[in-house]
This record gives sequence, C-alpha cells and structure tokens, in this order.
Amino acid sequence: MTPFLVSDKWYDIRDLGNLSRALLDAADKVLPGGVVYVLAALIGFVASFLLFVLPSQLIIGVYGERRIIGRMQSRLGPNRVGPFGLLQPIADAIKLIQKEALTPTQADRVVMYIAPIIFVMPAVLLWAVIPFGENMVIADIPVSLMYFLAVSALPVIATFMAGWSSNNKYSLFGAMRIVSMAISYESPLVLALLGAVVMSGTISLSGMVAWADEYTIWMVFVQPLALVIYFICVSAELNRTPVDIAEAESEIVAGYLTEYSGMKWGLFYGMDIGYALAASGFAATVFLGGWTFFGLEQWVPGWLIFIAKTHLFYFLFIWTRGTLPRLRADQLMAFAWKFLLPLGVFNLLIVSTERMLWAEQDYAKGLIYVFALVNIALSVGLVYAWARFNGYRPERTPTRPRLVKQAGGYIPVGERP
Amino acid sequence: MIKSEPFVINIGPQHPSTHGVFRIKATVDGEKVIDAEMVMGYLHRSMEKLAEERTYTQNIPFTDRTDYLSSMSNNLGYCLAVEKLAGIEVPPRGNAIRVIMAELQRLASHCMAVGAFANDTGAWQTPVMWAFREREKILDIFEVTSGARLTCNYMRIGGVAFDLRPEFEPMVRRVLREFPPFIDEMEGLLSENEIFIARTKGVGVLTPEMAINSSLSGPMLRGSGIAWDIRKADPYCGYEQYDFDIPIGYNGDSYDRFIVRLEEMRQSLKIIQQALDGLPGGPFRTEVPLALRPPKGEAYARIESPRGELGYYLVSDEGPSPYRFHIRPPSFINLSALKEMTVGGTVADAIVVLGSIDIVVGEIDR
Repeated sequence: MTPFLVSDKWYDIRDLGNLSRALLDAADKVLPGGVVYVLAALIGFVASFLLFVLPSQLIIGVYGERRIIGRMQSRLGPNRVGPFGLLQPIADAIKLIQKEALTPTQADRVVMYIAPIIFVMPAVLLWAVIPFGENMVIADIPVSLMYFLAVSALPVIATFMAGWSSNNKYSLFGAMRIVSMAISYESPLVLALLGAVVMSGTISLSGMVAWADEYTIWMVFVQPLALVIYFICVSAELNRTPVDIAEAESEIVAGYLTEYSGMKWGLFYGMDIGYALAASGFAATVFLGGWTFFGLEQWVPGWLIFIAKTHLFYFLFIWTRGTLPRLRADQLMAFAWKFLLPLGVFNLLIVSTERMLWAEQDYAKGLIYVFALVNIALSVGLVYAWARFNGYRPERTPTRPRLVKQAGGYIPVGERP
Repeated sequence: MIKSEPFVINIGPQHPSTHGVFRIKATVDGEKVIDAEMVMGYLHRSMEKLAEERTYTQNIPFTDRTDYLSSMSNNLGYCLAVEKLAGIEVPPRGNAIRVIMAELQRLASHCMAVGAFANDTGAWQTPVMWAFREREKILDIFEVTSGARLTCNYMRIGGVAFDLRPEFEPMVRRVLREFPPFIDEMEGLLSENEIFIARTKGVGVLTPEMAINSSLSGPMLRGSGIAWDIRKADPYCGYEQYDFDIPIGYNGDSYDRFIVRLEEMRQSLKIIQQALDGLPGGPFRTEVPLALRPPKGEAYARIESPRGELGYYLVSDEGPSPYRFHIRPPSFINLSALKEMTVGGTVADAIVVLGSIDIVVGEIDR
C-alpha cells in the first residue's frame, strides 16, 4: 500500500492519484484479474474529464473567451446567469443538450454520428503527457513530444469525417480545406519543434522543462522563431480565427459543421477551445519553461505557474480571434510552403550549428545566453529579409484614398488630383 | 492528373452575407468560381405601382422602406423630385436640416457597410460591433428628431416634418467628437492590417471603363478612380456652400471601396460641422397643401445616397397622385457588375466582393 500523502505540501494534487491508486489496489483484491485495468481507464477518463476538461474548457475556455472578446468588442459578454455570468457555459450546455440533433436525410448517418465522438477523445488524451508540476505528469513517456504531435493530428480525421458525411457542399469545402491545411501546416510545425528538440537534446516534455530549469533560460529566448512558427501553424491547425478557413462562417457557412446542431455541434465547438488550451499548455511546456519560473516554483505551486503560462498563451489565441480578419485558403497554403517552411529549415540549420559549437565547448553554461542574443537578432533579420525576398512591401499600399475638390471624371493613378 | 468536375453552389439566400432573398448561383471548380449567375429573388413589394395610387405626401413612407438603411436620403430624393415637379422652394433652415440628416444617415449607412464588409472578410464580429456602437448614437439622434430609428419618414415636401429639438445639437456635437476616433480605430484595425489587405487588394477589380459602362455610382465608382459625386456635380439642398472633398481610389478593388467609404465618413463629419455651425433660423418648411396637384410634366431628381446615385422619376397628369413613379436604386445597378468581379476568383473572394458592393435588398426588388 502506497502512503496516502506523498509530500507535506498542501498543494500537491498528486495525492488524488494516490487516492485512486489505493482504491484500485483494494479493488484488485476483490475483482477477477484484468477488470481493474478497465476500471482504472474508466475512472481516469471520467475523473480527468470532470476535473480538468470540463472546468477548463467550459468555465475558463468558453466563459473567459466570451468575456475577453466581449471586452474587445466593447460589449459586456455573458453577465446574467449566476454571479458575473459564470454559469453561462452551463446554461449553454443545457440549451444545447435540449436542442434536436438533426441529421440530413442523405447524410452518412453512422459516420456523421461518430465524428464528434472521435473529435472529443484526443482532447483528453493530449493532457496525459503534459507535466503540470514536478513529477506531476500522468504518463511520463520518453517520447512525449512525438506522442503529442501524433495525437493532435487525430481530430483532423474527425473533422473530415464530419464534413464528408454531412452531404452538403459547404461541408465538403470545409473538409477539403481542413485536410489540405493540416498537411501543409504539419511540416513547418514539426520543423520548428525540431529546433527546440535539437537545442535541448531531449524529446521528452519533462526533459525540456528540466532543461529550461537547468540552464535558467526559456526556450523562447533561444528559439523565438520556432515559437512564432509554432503559434501560426497551431492556430491554422486548430482553426483559430485568423486562419479558420475550414470553419469560415462568413464564406462557407461554418464548413464541416454546417449540418451539426445541438450538443453534437457543442462538442465540436467546445473541443475547439479544448485543443487550443492543450496547444497552449504544450507551448508553455516547450517554450516557456513549463512549471518552472526561475526559482519561484519554490514558493508557488508549480501547476499554478503552468496554468498561468498556459492562459498567457491562450490569451494570444483569443486576441487574434477578436481582432484579425481571415485569410483565404490559397494564401494560407502559400504562406505555409513559401514562407514558414524555408524559415523553419533556416532555423534548424542555425540551431544545429549552435548545438555543435556548444557540444565542442562542453556545454559551457554561459554560451546559451550568447546564443539567445544571436538567435533573437537572427530571427528578426531572417523574417524581414525573407519577407522582402518574397516581395512583401507594406509601404506600397496606400491606406488613404486620394482627395479631389471638383467632380471631374477619371483620374489616372499616377496623376496628382 | 486529377480530373475535377465543376458543380453549382448557391451562395444565399440563407448565407449570412446575402441579406435576405438575393443569391448567387456560382459554378465552382474546386474553390474557383468559373461562372456566376445572380438571382435577385422575389421580394414582390411592387412599391412603384402602389405609389401611383396614393397622393404625393402619402408616398413618402414608401421611400424610406425601399432602402431601410438610408431612409433619410431616400425621403430626401423623393421630396426633391416632387419639389422639382411642383416648383416648391425650401427655406434655408429646412435645407440645412436636410443636409445634416442626410450626412448623418450616410455615416450610419457606411457604418453598416464597413462593419458588414469586415465581417465578410472574416474579422470575427469586432469591427461590426464597433460600427454598431457608433451607429446607435446616430440612430438616437434620429429618434429624438423624427420619432423613429430605422424608417425615419422625416422629410416632407417643402422641408422637414418637425423642427429640431433642443437635445439635437449636443447629440450631434457628441457624434462629431466621438466619430473620428472610431474611424481611426477602424483604420488601424482593418485598412492597415496585412491580412485584410491581402484579402481585399486586387479582389473584384473594376476598371474605370467597366464601372462607367455598367453605370455604377457611389463608392463603387469612386473606388475605380472616377471623381464623380452628385453633391459636387449637380448640387442640391445647398451642398455647394459646404467645403468637402471627394475621395477616390486607385485600382477599383474591394480595398479601395473600403477606404473610400472610411474617408467619406470623415468628409460627412466635415459637412455636418459646417452645417451645424451655420444653421440658419426661420421656418423649416414651406406650407404645401396635403392633396398636392403638381402641373403636368415630368421630373427627375437625383441625390448622392450612401450607395450611389439615387434617382426618382415622377410624371404628373395634374392628378393628386403621380402618373408614373420610378426609382433608380443604386444597389440594383451596382450589382450588375457582380459577375465580372466574381468570375475567376475563389468562393471566399465572391463573398468579399458582395460585401464591398454594400447591397440593400429592399432596393433591388422594390
């Protein structure tokens, strides 16, 4: 029997894990062999859903997003149901469950039915490898970064299933768009993360946090370009607004989920926020040093630091959603292949060279700060030069029209009115 | 080589950017629009026919329901046509009030146009919310002056319906104070935004020849680089005494139409400022008999409505109601260039083009 309390720290929520382990140990003695594993999986799924996914997605995700976007749009956001409108997500959920989930007559009923279920599953699985604090990770596998990338590619299948099975032309558009986009954006995303992997020399997420702790520097300072590429790619894959071309409410009428209603729609919509939170948590782990904060974790619970960093990153998602217009599908594809991919290759080249130098210097501790300065300067220069090389000239776009005093026919562009 | 088959999608009428009955039957090859056919829909209001059964004064409420986003301008155009037909003079105070109202209406209508256009490019509600916030202030002014917010029915033959209330001036001064920051905000949020520029620049290009040949007007025409504004070219209501400029675009794309609209708002504010500062006293309306019987003849009066040239053609046979009543609606005629603008672009572009035209379906099938 494991000790009930692992540490004397009040905030150590690993005790909950011990509690479940004690329960399962007791159950193992009663139940026939093997059944306890099924029970453990069920308890884990339900508990993580109730304890983490539901509060984080519904309360923090939906409510926070609506309040912050409401502030950006100079309106109030939800403020009627419960104190400060905090119960609004629950009211929404009740409303969605009550609504009829329609299925079009000609739709592929089975595929259309299971698509939202498949869409939800990875959202829970993703959190298995993310370290919330010291030793606070559900499955500390050595290849957790690969696991995260692999599982995060699963929802694409679900959205494609949803779009294809709806038997609606707009849905088909959305499905096609999401597949092409996922393929395009996975390459620069992985290239950018490779930079972080090469620098830290580990492919485990807890290893990366340990690396950041050991060298007292966050990956974002050494690899700023990788973070930028990661942010753009992940918002494209997650259909967040500047690039939500698969959903695109104003052009293809919500794309793959046009025909979904009720809680089926709610699952898609809620899990969109869930995936954005998971991606934020991943970014906080890889780029922002996870649950460490230069020694502050001695005084503040590590998981609190981690959640703060996650939401700092998630705020960026909300911010872009509240302000930016949407790109077109072909522009987005061109951006991935022509702009981000070469930048990712350059970044990988630079970081590999630096890593070689560092290895020759036998991991001199101060050298990483030199790399950080060099890389920040290089990233800015590289983005600027590559944009110029691609023909990007912002000053050529006049943002004010010409002004004319008299009504008098056509005035060619070159002439002064 | 993958062989793809073109198929037809209906953009509208349920589509959020097609406001009601209008739809585009677009033949698409993948995402590319290879053919587009407009179906105007059947609103079936037959307003022009109904107007021939009513007296001249009774027809005013029809006009503010054609274009429900610029009812003041529509009232004004009709009243100008009747005044031209019957030879009625409007007192200077009435003219100044009309100018203020028409320009406020232009601000309100362009708010809608700019906000809905931003929504069509995918800027997720924020610009449209900001635009609505500003538009509310103008609608409050309309409510105080005329009693209605949307279909105002404020202009009368020979002047305006009521004199201004004492609350009017401070409210307009507030709009004059708070509107320029809003336009600057929109400029920072959209017209200087790289994604917005990428989405709208070079989309739905109209050459000056095409624009003139399709007899387009308003911001559509001015976006193509043609300095044509009826307030300057054929002044009415004393527009010649105000100092303002015509904004014109560069290439005639959706982006130019957008920045032209933003600049027109600035110019409207300038006109309102001048008209309010020099508001003359005296009567606001010439008394006109309710059953007006204009002499035999015809009249065509046109104004620069927010969407372009709005013309009213009236024929009188000395009866109490017009013998013929015809509206030249700007939205209907601006739509005629839609096919040239959408074919060759993608589906997403078609929505942007439709948003940049700024249609009101009530005008299209009137």
